[in-house]
Amino acid sequence: MNRYSVLSLARNAVTYHKDWARAWRSPEPKPAYDAVIVGAGGHGLATAYYLAKEHKLTNIAVIEKGWLGGGNTGRNTTIIRSNYLQDASIAIYELARSLYEGLSQALNYNIMFSPRGLLMLCQTEHELRAMKRTSHANRLAGLDCRMISPAEVKGLVPIINDDPGARYPILGAYYQPRGGTARHDAIAWGYARGADAMGVDIIQNCEVTGIRRQGGKVTGIETTRGFIATPKIGVVTAGHTSLIMQMAGIDMPIESVCLQALVSEPIKPVIDVVVMANTVHGYMSQSDKGELVIGGGADPYNNYSQRGSFTALEHTVTALVETFPIISRLRMLRHWGGIVDMTGDRSPIISMTDVEGLYVNCGWGTGGFKSIPGSGFVFADTMANGRPHPIAEPFSLNRFIEGRLIDESVAAAVAH
Amino acid sequence: MLVITCPVCGVEGEEGDFHYGGQAHIRRPATTDPEAITDAEQRDYLFMRLNPKGLHFERWRCDRGCGTWFHAARDTMSLEFKAYYGITELPSADLMKAATGPWAKFFKDKIAAPGAKPARRGKR
Repeated sequence: MNRYSVLSLARNAVTYHKDWARAWRSPEPKPAYDAVIVGAGGHGLATAYYLAKEHKLTNIAVIEKGWLGGGNTGRNTTIIRSNYLQDASIAIYELARSLYEGLSQALNYNIMFSPRGLLMLCQTEHELRAMKRTSHANRLAGLDCRMISPAEVKGLVPIINDDPGARYPILGAYYQPRGGTARHDAIAWGYARGADAMGVDIIQNCEVTGIRRQGGKVTGIETTRGFIATPKIGVVTAGHTSLIMQMAGIDMPIESVCLQALVSEPIKPVIDVVVMANTVHGYMSQSDKGELVIGGGADPYNNYSQRGSFTALEHTVTALVETFPIISRLRMLRHWGGIVDMTGDRSPIISMTDVEGLYVNCGWGTGGFKSIPGSGFVFADTMANGRPHPIAEPFSLNRFIEGRLIDESVAAAVAH
Repeated sequence: MLVITCPVCGVEGEEGDFHYGGQAHIRRPATTDPEAITDAEQRDYLFMRLNPKGLHFERWRCDRGCGTWFHAARDTMSLEFKAYYGITELPSADLMKAATGPWAKFFKDKIAAPGAKPARRGKR
């Protein structure tokens, strides 16, 4: 791997940037690997990276039916935060957030992590109380978060509508100063480049068609590019998890729905924090290019098409125009949808399964991006050691039988 | 945007006029003999969901029309409604035969069952 540095930039400038090496190889699949990860999104690539880096498992492959980072990793609104209500959630999301802080250095790849601060608005008395409760839970867990007053909100976000007579007035906000955003593609590319450099094969355009088992154990995986023998498979396929797991005869407690996002035309800087308005279902930040990045609630119905309904978009945009009247005449440049896998308690599943050697990491629903490094880290540990990592343990599939849900659906179902 | 027709009152509207009720044909196991229900069965009832790519069977409510719940068969890839049928009914035999994956398994013993009323076809 060629290290990126000021020197390498200068050296390549001399040759008009025509000689940059490829960031990762495009290998042919080998007949057998020590482990195969299904899905080359952020979570899958992070898993492969940490398997190679932390557990020295380098004879592994990541297989991807499309192109690397082409799913939800490249379709989200790049929000990073860890101020969840439940202890189990705080542990994994805070691990992820803290890993994001040093990730550019660790990967030698600029992920453009921008801890610009994140506000969750409180627009009803009920929401204010709920957020106070979350803030107490977070402070007990040692998170750097605090409640702020409407005046402080206005100071941080001058474009916000602070009319006390508004239908949903700003009563305060829950502020995580270390939350923020990062460049989503760069996460996938950085992990891919890092994993590839350690010998991990990333095989694109290779779709899984079956999971071969013998005596309750995984023996290999059938793909459109042939059979690959492996004793360990990690399924990290977000919206398509139900379909992949069915190949191994395992039913999943998830439903796939479409979550949409959109960006406006680029404008001068107007907002330098991330604002989430959960009561009215909308969140917004401004990218370095100047586009306002906007997201909202997921469409309600099951959907695999990556196309959502205007009903959901209209709802989101209505809410944000009320909250930020300045954006009312902005034109929207692009809009898209991604298929997210929703669990009943809106918490992820990081689990071993009844089939030996088959591991699953899914159910991140509308909040997967922020958790990529933490998810990959604990899932790699779980796969390498054949037992759940302590942080992953509460997120096992068993929780649905045992009734110990990690209920984030009230605390964070909307803007996750 | 989905355009939906209520099979009960016949009104056509967009999805905002209706409410999505998730997977159809889920039976609450504890209704008849709660003591005999295992934790796994209760989990299946509460959390396990068929999540097919393709033909799906689901519940909708005619929110701004007659207020009645009804069933619909819809493709989760093309988003096209294939049929609407009553909340106490099973889909038509053709649709049950067209179902794939876990739905095919679910309908297997119901296709020839007596009392399976035929579904009413949607307008579109």
